[in-house]
Amino acid sequence: MCLAIPGKLIELTTENGLKMGIIDVNGSKTRACLEYVPDIKAGQYTIVHAGFALKIIDEEEAAESLKLWQELIESGAFQPEEDSPFPEIV
Amino acid sequence: MRYIDEYRDPELARTLLDEIRRKATRRWTIMEICGGQTHSILRNGLDQLLPGSIELVHGPGCPVCVTPLESIERALAIAAREEVIFTSFGDMLRVPGNAKDLFMVRSAGGDVRIVFSPLDALQIARDNPSKEVVFFAVGFETTAPANAMAVWQAAREGRENFSVLVSQVMVPPAMRAILSSPGNRVQGFLAAGHVCAVMGYEEYEPVAREFHVPIVPTGFEPVDLLAGILNTVELLEEGRAEVVNRYGRVVSREGNPVAREIMAKVFEVIDRPWRGIGLIPDSGLGLREAFARFDAEKKFHVTNICAQESPLCMSGSVLQGMLKPDGCPAFAKECTPEHPLGATMVSSEGACAAYYNYHTIVS
Amino acid sequence: MTIAPACPTPIMQHETVQMAHGAGGRLSQALMQRVFMPHLSNAFLDLLDDQAKLDLPLGRTAFTTDTYVVSPVFFPGGNIGELAVNGTVNDLAVGGARPLYLSAGFVLEEGLLLAELETIVKSMAEAARRAGVMIVTGDTKVVGKGQCDKIFINTSGIGVIREGVNLSCRNLKAGDSIILSGTVGDHGMAIMTSREGLSFHSRITSDCVALNGMIGSILDELPCAIHAMRDPTRGGVAATLNELASSSSVGIEINESTIPVKPDVRGACELLGIDPLHVANEGKLVVAVAADNAREALDLIRSFDPGRDAVIIGSVVDDHPGMVVMRTLYGSRRIIDLPLGEQLPRIC
Repeated sequence: MCLAIPGKLIELTTENGLKMGIIDVNGSKTRACLEYVPDIKAGQYTIVHAGFALKIIDEEEAAESLKLWQELIESGAFQPEEDSPFPEIV
Repeated sequence: MRYIDEYRDPELARTLLDEIRRKATRRWTIMEICGGQTHSILRNGLDQLLPGSIELVHGPGCPVCVTPLESIERALAIAAREEVIFTSFGDMLRVPGNAKDLFMVRSAGGDVRIVFSPLDALQIARDNPSKEVVFFAVGFETTAPANAMAVWQAAREGRENFSVLVSQVMVPPAMRAILSSPGNRVQGFLAAGHVCAVMGYEEYEPVAREFHVPIVPTGFEPVDLLAGILNTVELLEEGRAEVVNRYGRVVSREGNPVAREIMAKVFEVIDRPWRGIGLIPDSGLGLREAFARFDAEKKFHVTNICAQESPLCMSGSVLQGMLKPDGCPAFAKECTPEHPLGATMVSSEGACAAYYNYHTIVS
Repeated sequence: MTIAPACPTPIMQHETVQMAHGAGGRLSQALMQRVFMPHLSNAFLDLLDDQAKLDLPLGRTAFTTDTYVVSPVFFPGGNIGELAVNGTVNDLAVGGARPLYLSAGFVLEEGLLLAELETIVKSMAEAARRAGVMIVTGDTKVVGKGQCDKIFINTSGIGVIREGVNLSCRNLKAGDSIILSGTVGDHGMAIMTSREGLSFHSRITSDCVALNGMIGSILDELPCAIHAMRDPTRGGVAATLNELASSSSVGIEINESTIPVKPDVRGACELLGIDPLHVANEGKLVVAVAADNAREALDLIRSFDPGRDAVIIGSVVDDHPGMVVMRTLYGSRRIIDLPLGEQLPRIC
């Protein structure tokens, strides 16, 4: 139901008494309200929904779970399928 | 894109699919609550890749779909008024009422504008002091803090020419309604990750216990979804009715306390009708008395507007996971994205529209 | 009524477009002399006749028209004038024609800054020069404030089709390769993110450019191997592929992993919930080419600046006639449908 896209806070501002910021999403920059992430610092990643930063992304947790998955792949607990997922079309 | 591309990794997805195939020994029916997740599943064809024993059914988590017809009719009535600038997320513009949608109101001269944030609507109110600016505040718990902040800020500024037409709904009461229904087939849930980013997952624990279902909050990318499905299958196979968080980078048990606080200050829990489903007690949010002057329904006296659904439309059964979209007799016949009978065909993330767009030939 | 000699002389020097600029009188002439002629002047236009008299080279004539109503009028990477020239030039070129002559009809909103109009006209002149075409006839009307959005431009174009070339969206054959000449969605997202009210600070640049040079070279080298060309404007690559598939009653299969999207365009599309395949382009080509010549065509396209990011995105198949199917990153398949209408930013 809710599109919320990760982006990096690059600038903090104030507008009409509200804590606002510029979020970089892959080179596109959008304005977001930061009132709900009062501890956020420039350089941190957050998810943006309807012009609001809703949560600071827990970078450690993300790295940890990706590492676990990577280990799952490397452990060879199961055989990956032999073919590439799609045939070359060219 | 950081925090997106890692979760779209085909190799990781294949690994998780293999693991799901290995773990699933029986047939399981799992519901993804959120329309955004339905969209991602169908867009990436994940349902085609899952073993046949895993059936995904699509839940009611699409605000466009469940916004009741009467709210749409009220929006249309307000938007047509001369003194009004009606603002909305792009999602709501094509949602048909009985005979019209907001686009048609605009072409008839109504000032209807798309905004990306409720604060943009408030800015329009600042810029147009002689106009009444109304924002269509739809959404689940993810959007409620944004909508609440617009009202909170309008109150702080004393912005009397701003009001909101509220159609806010909440996930847990809908889950309870689905699980309590006699036709229920859902055995486990993927909970909506961005709802949980705000609300946390504590409130899902009693649901899991009471109805004996596992609930797994998860994200929206293929790897997130597959990891969530894998975890749900594991819990089902082991007979564990627990809440396990698979979206740790964004979801914590308590959610976002700051956002929840403003939400609670601005909104109170009320009964809400859901399009296609009907009234679900305590399933919605309405403005508290202290903010009643920002309530567009009261300001423009539209509470008397009621509406009737198309008798052909079975979106209620679709939204509750009792019927697949292509099981509806009107699907792709009387009902298409160009001529939708019900909201599940309107929203691009509605289950019927997603089926129509992605599924027509794949079978 | 008599005019008293003491009446003040009407103002002739305006900063903005007046209704009288379109009334055919002295102000109309002043507008021609001051804004249009200095930039657009050529042997045909300078005659100021009601029509241009042209000698066309031998061959079949291609004739096209398009009307430009883009808002905002100035956008990163171009403006409505440049778009109006390049768009019509491209519509001629994708039919296998050498674009030669353009007409330009202007609808101006009362109150438009003359300086802005001049910038637009100047861009048109430059775009025409770059594309090697002449604007040989034109018209200007002024409408009241609020009756149009600053300026609308219609351009029609005439070109002569190369001998031996037969391009048509009905010509696709199973086995053909589909080449896309570069990144998708640049123009549409440049427009969308520069509109007010969407809280964007990005400077995505439109890809607006004339493609007749590149297309001419492809057709010179491979006159028979190229079966169809389209510029994927409104509706994006998704709409173009669907049109090709349905006109030729063939299926098209494309590979998700091959579709090039610029990083910032992708970011904006993710944020707004928009599929880049549905977003307009103004400087891209979709080419259906015989499989044996695909590599050669690709290398040729890549040797031109607007084609430097060209890729083969898929092929024409016998299956599912009229439909475009994408193989996803995960090996599943999904239909690429026509977009429903206007692309709307969404939150869910």
